Parts: sequence; structure tokens; C-alpha cells
Amino acid sequence: MTALTRGLVSIAVALAVWQLFVWLSGVEPFMLPGPGQVAKTLAANVGYLAEHATVTGAEILMGLGLGTVVGVVSALAIISFAPARRWLMPVLVVSQAVPVFALAPLLVLWLGYGMASKVTMAALIIYFPVATAFLDGLRRTEPGWLDLAQTMTGGNRPFAVLRHIRIPAALPGLASGLRVGAAVAPIGAVIGEWVGSGAGLGYVMLHANGRMQTDLMFAALATLAALALATYFTVDWGLRRMIPWQAESGPGDRQASGG
Amino acid sequence: MLDPTPGFAPPSLGVRIAHGSLVYDGKPVFAGLNAEFAGGSFTCILGASGVGKSSLLRMIAGLGTAPPDTALGSDGGTLTGRIAYMDQRDLLLPWLSALDNVLLGTRLRGERQDSDRALALLAEVGLTDSAALLPAQLSGGMRQRVALARTLMEDQPVVLMDEPFSAVDALTRMKLQDLSARLLGGRTVILVTHDPLEAARLADGIHVLSGSPAALGAGTFPSGPTPRDPGDPKVNELQTALLAKLGVGMS
Repeated sequence: MTALTRGLVSIAVALAVWQLFVWLSGVEPFMLPGPGQVAKTLAANVGYLAEHATVTGAEILMGLGLGTVVGVVSALAIISFAPARRWLMPVLVVSQAVPVFALAPLLVLWLGYGMASKVTMAALIIYFPVATAFLDGLRRTEPGWLDLAQTMTGGNRPFAVLRHIRIPAALPGLASGLRVGAAVAPIGAVIGEWVGSGAGLGYVMLHANGRMQTDLMFAALATLAALALATYFTVDWGLRRMIPWQAESGPGDRQASGG
Repeated sequence: MLDPTPGFAPPSLGVRIAHGSLVYDGKPVFAGLNAEFAGGSFTCILGASGVGKSSLLRMIAGLGTAPPDTALGSDGGTLTGRIAYMDQRDLLLPWLSALDNVLLGTRLRGERQDSDRALALLAEVGLTDSAALLPAQLSGGMRQRVALARTLMEDQPVVLMDEPFSAVDALTRMKLQDLSARLLGGRTVILVTHDPLEAARLADGIHVLSGSPAALGAGTFPSGPTPRDPGDPKVNELQTALLAKLGVGMS
């Protein structure tokens, strides 16, 4: 709660400085509108912005879902099958060497102006952090647990060990990947919208920019920021619920001591 | 109190190591090591840190780099699938309750989950009320007791224990030793320890591992039922003798 309060205070101070700067410098509103004016525009266009936010939000969520599924499957394939390791690993690395933003025009060309190109864009951006974080988690299973499993199974049940030990042990790693993914997924959606679209907050921003409606642009930006924060905190909250044991091994170790 | 192995006791199975060799980091840990552990006996292996006690146990367990089947059962068959292994660390999975940790082996092998037997074993180690708790909610001594229950749940004729009680306080260690002596009776136990008192209390046979490459010394075979009273003069005498063998004490 104190963290939330502190966050709100920081934001309030930043807004005050912004408003003060606008007042004192006398900068033109089409260059930099004050937060008050942005708030007014936001209130006046709330329906319009909500409509486009729904589109962007849907793109982010679907991209997150798709990227997560593909990333998780890749990591599992790489850890389980030697051929996948040889053939998929380079793809994973190269997929990150190609700047995903540079692919945006191609994706729009191939997949059209609709949501598909934006979902793919968001999925491509989050694929790498999810796949690498999960793979890293799968590789770093506590060796003692694997030794124990080896004595219990005689080494005959690698998939049972994967399911009952390696995957649960890698979930905290996957969670870090998903947090990064949740944070960057909006970038993918918005870049896709900039390149070509008829809906979404990126479209609103580009459009408002072209018509010098800087206040509307800021309003869309604020909406996007709220959307991104909501996505991140929802994912973070969900992950905490799903991996409750991890919270108990943090720096504030709550383990009981003694016999 | 329930019998930990209702219905049957595992058949007694000895362990034999023939020409055990192991190189670690370019240095031979073992070269042509031979050893035999009688079926149903409780053997303690003492030795200085780093001499290869854990490596010996891991070799018997088929872990690590030694060729498989360096150690065989006294019937000449492989030990794979016939051993239970307990480490100095409890190795409990943090996302599973105490009960589910005890059931881990059956779960990994895809066998029927005999929760009743697991609960009976948790009761034996005095953790009836903690079955549903996660490892992080248990103390170090309690976690090691869960690990003991998990080891017993495996119900194998050979039990390998690598300094199983070294990470708990002295009082808890005594209690765990008493529990182990009672619950592991009839199985072939090989317990690695650096604590001569532990060996003097629990063992039918005590060997000192020393040298490089390491070799097992001639055994000491104390008599009488275990666990022995730590205040027993014979136990103290044995402890002193073991310390002397380890190169500590008056000379």
C-alpha cells in the first residue's frame, strides 16, 4: 500500500512540474499541452479512446497468449529433444538478431491491416524473453533433485521428471519471462498499428499527430500507459497466485528455524 | 503405531563393489576399490572431508561418472531400482506439500499413490499434523524428517544416506538417529558421516575411508542393539577409538 501511495505521489509531482513548465514557459498547446488540458480531452473523448483501447488491448492479450504458447513449446522442445536443440536453437537466436520492428511493414503486407499483423508483432516481441527465460529455468534444475529422481526412477522416465520436477522448477523463470513479455507486448501492438491500421491507440496517436491534436495524442498515450500497466500488474498478480511457493523464498526468508 | 511397511519387509540384499574406479578433476578418487556390505547390516563410513565419502555413495547409487553397475547387489543383479537415497540436503520440492513430497517416487514412476502409507510414514516421523504444509513452512529438522519418510516410502532393500543429519542441531540429530535406527531395521543401510558418535550409536559395521586414491579400512563391528545410548561407556570408548583412527585425539 505504501508503494502504491509513493507511486501516486511521484506521478502527482511529475504532473505538477509538467503543468508548471507549461504555464511558465508559455509553450504552444500544439507543441506541449498541459496535463489539465490532456485530462479534459481525455474526458471528452472517453468513448472514442475506450473503443480503440479495446482493439489494442485485444491485440496485446492475443499476442501475449500466442507468444507464450509458442515460446513455452519451443523451450520444452529444445530441452526434450536433441534434434530440436540443434535446429531450433539457432532460430531462437536469429529471431532476436532481426529487429522485430523492421518486420512490421512486411507483417502488415502479408497479414493485412487488421488485428492479425499486430497480434503477430506482439507475439514475436514476447516470444524471445518467454522462450529463453523458460529454457533457462528448465536447464537450471537443482542437480540434487535430478539425482534423487534418478535413484527413484532408474533414469527411465525422463518425461515424468520433466513434468513433475523440471517444469515446476522452471515456472519462476517462465514467470520472469512473462513479466518482461507483458511489459513489452504493448510496444509490438502499437508499432503494428503505426505501420498500418484502421483502429487501435497507435492509430489514434498517429492520426491525432497528423492533425496537430497533440492533446488527443497525449490522451491516447495516457490510455496506452494505463493499459500497459494494467496488463503488467494483472500478469504479475496471476503469476504470484500460480507460483505461491516462490514468494516464500525471497530475501526476507520466512523459514522457521530449529528442530 | 503403524508398521512402515505393512505386509512385507524387503528381502535382504547386500552390496558389492568390485574394482570401483573414479577420476575427478584429473585425480583418481578410487582406483580398484573393493568393498562388500552384508545384507541387512547398518554400515557407517567415516572419513575426512573431501576424501570421497559422497563419491562412494554416489557410485553405489549409480550417480555421477563411474561406469554403471560398478556396484552390484549381492545377488549379482543391478542396484538400479533397488536403492533409496537420502542426501544431507532434504531435497524437498518447494511446491509440493510434505505428503506429496513423500509420494514423489510413486508419482515419478507412475504408480498408484498410496497416500495412506505415506501418511502412516509421516506419522512415524511425528509429522501427522504437517502433512499438508509446504517445505518452507517446516523447520530444518522437520524437513529432514519428511526426507526420511520419503526415503522409507521408497521401500527399497538398500538405503544410502549421505550425512543425512549433519545440517540439523545436535538434539534433533539424536532424535533423527533414533528414528532411523528404528525405521530402517532389516535394510542394508550405508550411511556416510563425519560424526564418530553417530557411527558409534547406529552402526553394525564402521569403516574409515582414507588415502588417495581412497580405500576402506578394516571395519569395526560393535555389537548390541541400536540406537545405542550416547552415555554408554562402550559408545564413548568406540567414539574415542574412531577419532583416533581419523587421526584426532591423544597420541
